[in-house]
Amino acid sequence: MTSTPTAPPVEAGRAADVPGRPARRRRRRIGRFSPRDIAVIGLLLGLPLLLDLALIWGPALASIGLSFTSWDGLGEIRPVGLDNYVNIVSNYPPFWPAVWHNLLWLAFLGLVATPFGLFLAVLLDREMRFTRFYQTAFYLPVVLSLAVVGFLAQLIFSRDYGAANALLGRADNPVDWLGDPSINLWSVLLLVGWRHVGYVMLLYLAGLKAVDPALKEAAAIDGANEPQTFFRVVFPTLRPVNVIVLVITVIEALRAFDIVYAINRGRNGLELLSVLVTDNIVGEASRIGYGSAIAVILLLISTGFIAVYLVQVFRREDEA
Amino acid sequence: MATFPSGPSVPPATSRPASGPAPGMLDRRRLLGGVAVTAGALALPAGLAGCEKPTEGGSGGGTVTFGSNYSDEVPKKAIAEVLAGSGLDVKINTVDHNTFQENITRYLQATPDDVFTWFSGFRMQYFAAQGLATDISDIWQSVGGDFSAAMKQASTGTDGKQYFVPFYYYPWAMFYRKSVFQERGYQVPKTWDDLKALAAKMRSDGLIPIAMADKDGWPAMGTFDYINMRSNGYDFHVNLMAGKESWEDSRVKQVFTLWRELLPYCQPGANGRTWQEAAQSLGQKQTGMYLLGMFVGQQFQGEVAADMDFFPFPQIVEAHGQDAVEAPIDGFMISSKVKNVDGAKELLRYLASAKAQNAYLKSDPNNVATHNGADTSGYSALQKKAVELVSGAKQISQFLDRDTRPDFASTVMIPSLQSFLNAPNDIDGLCRRIESQKKTIFAS
Repeated sequence: MTSTPTAPPVEAGRAADVPGRPARRRRRRIGRFSPRDIAVIGLLLGLPLLLDLALIWGPALASIGLSFTSWDGLGEIRPVGLDNYVNIVSNYPPFWPAVWHNLLWLAFLGLVATPFGLFLAVLLDREMRFTRFYQTAFYLPVVLSLAVVGFLAQLIFSRDYGAANALLGRADNPVDWLGDPSINLWSVLLLVGWRHVGYVMLLYLAGLKAVDPALKEAAAIDGANEPQTFFRVVFPTLRPVNVIVLVITVIEALRAFDIVYAINRGRNGLELLSVLVTDNIVGEASRIGYGSAIAVILLLISTGFIAVYLVQVFRREDEA
Repeated sequence: MATFPSGPSVPPATSRPASGPAPGMLDRRRLLGGVAVTAGALALPAGLAGCEKPTEGGSGGGTVTFGSNYSDEVPKKAIAEVLAGSGLDVKINTVDHNTFQENITRYLQATPDDVFTWFSGFRMQYFAAQGLATDISDIWQSVGGDFSAAMKQASTGTDGKQYFVPFYYYPWAMFYRKSVFQERGYQVPKTWDDLKALAAKMRSDGLIPIAMADKDGWPAMGTFDYINMRSNGYDFHVNLMAGKESWEDSRVKQVFTLWRELLPYCQPGANGRTWQEAAQSLGQKQTGMYLLGMFVGQQFQGEVAADMDFFPFPQIVEAHGQDAVEAPIDGFMISSKVKNVDGAKELLRYLASAKAQNAYLKSDPNNVATHNGADTSGYSALQKKAVELVSGAKQISQFLDRDTRPDFASTVMIPSLQSFLNAPNDIDGLCRRIESQKKTIFAS
């Protein structure tokens, strides 16, 4: 069920930090290595590099190449120039909704779910009663695959037989949670958020445990109140966790796929770029060139976010 | 995944959840039994049945591999039993039907089984035209007399040769509960106006007149097909599906206009409902009628099943009457990379026999045999009626997603029909968008 089409862009983006500066430094000092060192380094670096090229750059470049062609997976591959791209933006009704939905997922996860996860982590970090219980309860959804979450969605949000309408007492005038394209996106985001919050919470909880209590005491002695202590002292020390959470949030939002696919195959209000890629590439008569073009667009969007993020990280590292 | 069994372009009959009298465990046990019988049958013929099928000449010798998408319990068990009766050494390779369909292109190019399950019509022709299927015209020369001309037509590729052996079919019609019609004195509608009058009557009686579901994307295609064939005729349907007619044609717009007349009587929220849920509402007498394929019967048991009946989709234009019936056919093909040609053909000859079809339908009675001489004595009243319906039809259509290019059906038509159900007023815009996408797809 979890198809791969979304993988290359994300992987490719992650791979961007592999060939970094060390390579340059190594060339300068290469005289200092013995032939054996070079052999070992060659093996240790070369093998991953080869795998990286074959498994990540290869497919990514192949999709870019294919995106300028028309191919049904059987016959010849015909170059069509920019036709696929022109077609996608001007003559493919689900495309713009899909872009919009992907950005909305990103905004929702980044601005609502992630901060809420942080909030829960801070609460649980205060060692209140039943902390372990809450921790488990919030983390539980992370264990469920999104396909299972999609299945649960049916039980809760089904218009005729779902629990939500029964609980809200709307059995006579039911809300079509999953079928109404102006509502279903929010129903799904709720489920996705439910899962994302637990994930983020656990990461932050681990980070908070690692914060030196002396810092907080010092801040208290300096007369800082709780919010000040948190935002000025504790939060900045969480930077490594923030970076991880940010990356996870972006990746989760851009590769989102399984839950909408499980609910209604990502149609009728739940379009996502990853679903469109799958729709076009997988199937009896594939439009591989067309689907590749959508995948390239997704790659560009992810690269955009990841480039911005990497620039930020490196700039801050240079300052430090 | 029984709640959403059907893919973008799924032949619903293959996606049937386990149903029928025997619940899960027993079924599984029987299934294992079936496999054991298969294994036994494989071992036996070599020695015992040797006299019946001499091995000299190599015909029928060796293993035949069988790629099956009969992945749900009832059909899986049924086909295993049928194949066990072939007297051949058949190795079944079952793949989940959705996966099977999604991977069919790669499957046929890589290492396909000798014989594989597939669908008639455009979908068969497509792979035949790509050179991925073996010509079986010789089989048709010997078994051709057992099938109607329409069946042969549905098994013939664009080059005039046969590539397909039809096994069973399931017509689409308006299903209803006899008891509801009796209690309220409803009459089976013969014309479009009758249908609307009946729907209005049902609504005033507190029923939702027409059950409707399109969450899976394909069920609404049946409604489109029927309104189209009734108002514009079968030939227009074929040409429209083949990309030869414009979707902006006034005749297409007329189809949507007529459909819109019916929408106020249809169950609201169709895009959030699976066909199984809609079928349940019919079974529970919340809705009055439901246009679907015969596989809808899987959803009903006992008394409710016995209470089911159907009527053919009403006439819209007199010239076309009720001539066409939508009845998708499932069957078998031989891949072009077949390893055991003689064995595969032998197996197809067997599957084309009345004996094989009888054996299958005994275990899976929600379909109708394609063989003229199949034993219909064990048929339910509904099956008998289905035979009548199809044999009286002047034309048999295969369903929208089987009569046109799969990429057009799934990437254009599914979202388009769903958006029509959401916003039925913009017919011009809808038709314009379909046509402009159709042009690029059919040009590729």
